[in-house]
Amino acid sequence: MSIELTIAIIITLVGASTPILFAALGELVVEKSGVLNLGVEGMMLTGAVVGFAVTFETGSPWLGVVAAAFAGAAASMIFAVVTLTLSANQVATGLALTIFGTGFSALFGKAYTGKPLALFRSVFPPELATHPYLKVIFGYSPLVYFSFIMVVAVWWLLRRTRPGLILRAVGENDLSAHSIGYPVIAVRYAAVAFGGAMAGIGGACFPLVLTPQWVEGLTAGRGWIALALVVFAAWRPYRLLAGAYLFGLVGTMELYAKAAGGPFRILPSELWASMPYLATILVLVLISIRRNSNTSAPACLGKPFVPTS
Amino acid sequence: MTLKNTRPMISRRGALKLGAGAAALPLLGSRAFAQKEKVKVGFVLIGTPDDNGWNYGHDQGRLYMLDELGADRVETTVVTNVEEGPDAERVFRELAQQGHDIIYGTSFGFGEYMMNVAPQFPDIKFEWATGYTTLPNMSIYNAKFHEGRTVIGTIAGMMSETGIGAYIGSIPVPEVFMGANAFHLAARKQNPDFITKVVYVDSWFDPAKEADAARALIDQGVDIITQHTDGPAALQVAEERGIIGGFGQGADMSAFAPNAHLSAIIDHWGPYYTKSVKSVLDGTWEESSFWGGIADGEVIIGDYNEKIPADVVAEAERVRKGIIDGSIHPYAGPIVDTNGNVQAEEGDIIDDGEFWAQEAWYAEGIEA
Repeated sequence: MSIELTIAIIITLVGASTPILFAALGELVVEKSGVLNLGVEGMMLTGAVVGFAVTFETGSPWLGVVAAAFAGAAASMIFAVVTLTLSANQVATGLALTIFGTGFSALFGKAYTGKPLALFRSVFPPELATHPYLKVIFGYSPLVYFSFIMVVAVWWLLRRTRPGLILRAVGENDLSAHSIGYPVIAVRYAAVAFGGAMAGIGGACFPLVLTPQWVEGLTAGRGWIALALVVFAAWRPYRLLAGAYLFGLVGTMELYAKAAGGPFRILPSELWASMPYLATILVLVLISIRRNSNTSAPACLGKPFVPTS
Repeated sequence: MTLKNTRPMISRRGALKLGAGAAALPLLGSRAFAQKEKVKVGFVLIGTPDDNGWNYGHDQGRLYMLDELGADRVETTVVTNVEEGPDAERVFRELAQQGHDIIYGTSFGFGEYMMNVAPQFPDIKFEWATGYTTLPNMSIYNAKFHEGRTVIGTIAGMMSETGIGAYIGSIPVPEVFMGANAFHLAARKQNPDFITKVVYVDSWFDPAKEADAARALIDQGVDIITQHTDGPAALQVAEERGIIGGFGQGADMSAFAPNAHLSAIIDHWGPYYTKSVKSVLDGTWEESSFWGGIADGEVIIGDYNEKIPADVVAEAERVRKGIIDGSIHPYAGPIVDTNGNVQAEEGDIIDDGEFWAQEAWYAEGIEA
């Protein structure tokens, strides 16, 4: 395989991995706080349509990304009020949020279908961004670099800071955290809002990085892949980064292998398409076999918090 | 899923027709056919009319039909985002129970669900787009998109510099095999060494994956790209990468790729829907299978991009006219497939219906 083709594959792979990385990173923080939000797909679609609309209207993809983050967070607040304040079932509410986001984005996006957009391109000088070799480092949208920064930031927050410790405590044992005076509900609100913002940015990657258009259902199920990825990564940011790129690699290699012809084409494409899910099931099995505290889910995941006193 | 009802609206053309119809009425007297004053028409779509492609085409056909027949005589219901699964059966049944006179299912995968429902409502007409089986109250209709592929394949064969074209397929169904083969055979007439790479994305709708498939193909030498999916994603990548170009599928997509959009295969369902709904109004509807092509005006070749050289346009037009007068056929022999089997001898033609029913094969030079 030539170096040019390798670089081309890497660039496509990075693009394919970035939206699921954002969304999964947000969901990781949400789940670490003990909340299971299955509305990722809905929040991604909300972010995608708002990101498109604001970029289209203002011409600034930066504003589009910020707006997408706020839109995703706003959508997540619906979930937060229902599950955290009203203590409703998180699974049902999350699914409802996905349905809501799908419908809302379709309605809101009506005015924007059939309109092209410019991609959110690399901000490095063209000598670097379009250089045949250096583009593998400099040729990406700013969102890609931002996703790496966020991986480090989330790791640092969860592992090295006091707020991160509180967040994990809330996710592992909400009653204990409550009894020593931590605001469980407030922490979870913050986590859910962060998750929504990240899902919104992940959604905005679709019109800004991958395919510069808005069309209903644009994310085509990537929100579910992001949910699977959190489990795959065993709730660890660095493993999540690796997992996102592994999922992206599988999808990208499928297309490059098919386009190249040759030996890979004997693998049925349905098998390629199911690989992320198969990998997730495999990891779940492995987790179950060698259960230890580092690889299992936050203990309070999905349970409503109802303080006794 | 959303329900959209169109409000009755009398267009100028419809009003004129109404007048003409009223004038002709006394002459006709009583007819044996059960004529109807007004019909309710249901459309079941797999996506939404905003997809700029397949569903857009059907919705444009619906609007054309409403305009032709007059919204005072036709009321339409559009059900969007219906999955090709058991839910489709519920949708067909509900539309039938709501008193629709004719119901169109506009995707291949709706067929089996429609076949479950149709026998329960013998007085209601059902029509299955791109289907393969009829019932006494269920017809099928389709368009010969592959004739359009023959025209754009001609352009691809003449304009490609690398001699490698791509066909991004959705799901491996007969329509897609037919399209890929027609495209490739036409391109090979212009360039005997032409290669067509077929890549399936395993979905009718996943724009990001389509775009990535286009990237994978362009990175490996493809300079002409066609797609058998519903949106402009691949064309946008063609525009971004500055390759020679691609083609709109289902509708003109030049707004998305002004430079790369060479032409388009446009679905024009309007005349068929008009004829079909009119036959319900007249009481003359019967079980049928219609497969219209370029000659019927159901498949239209869009405007040619200005950058296409005049001789290429002339050749494309020659092929298009040849298809209309019958002198050119998409599957004229000799055709050899990828396994070296002769599919058609010199001078033979594989009939469209015959091809549809065949087990899938690809012509020599297709990499799939």
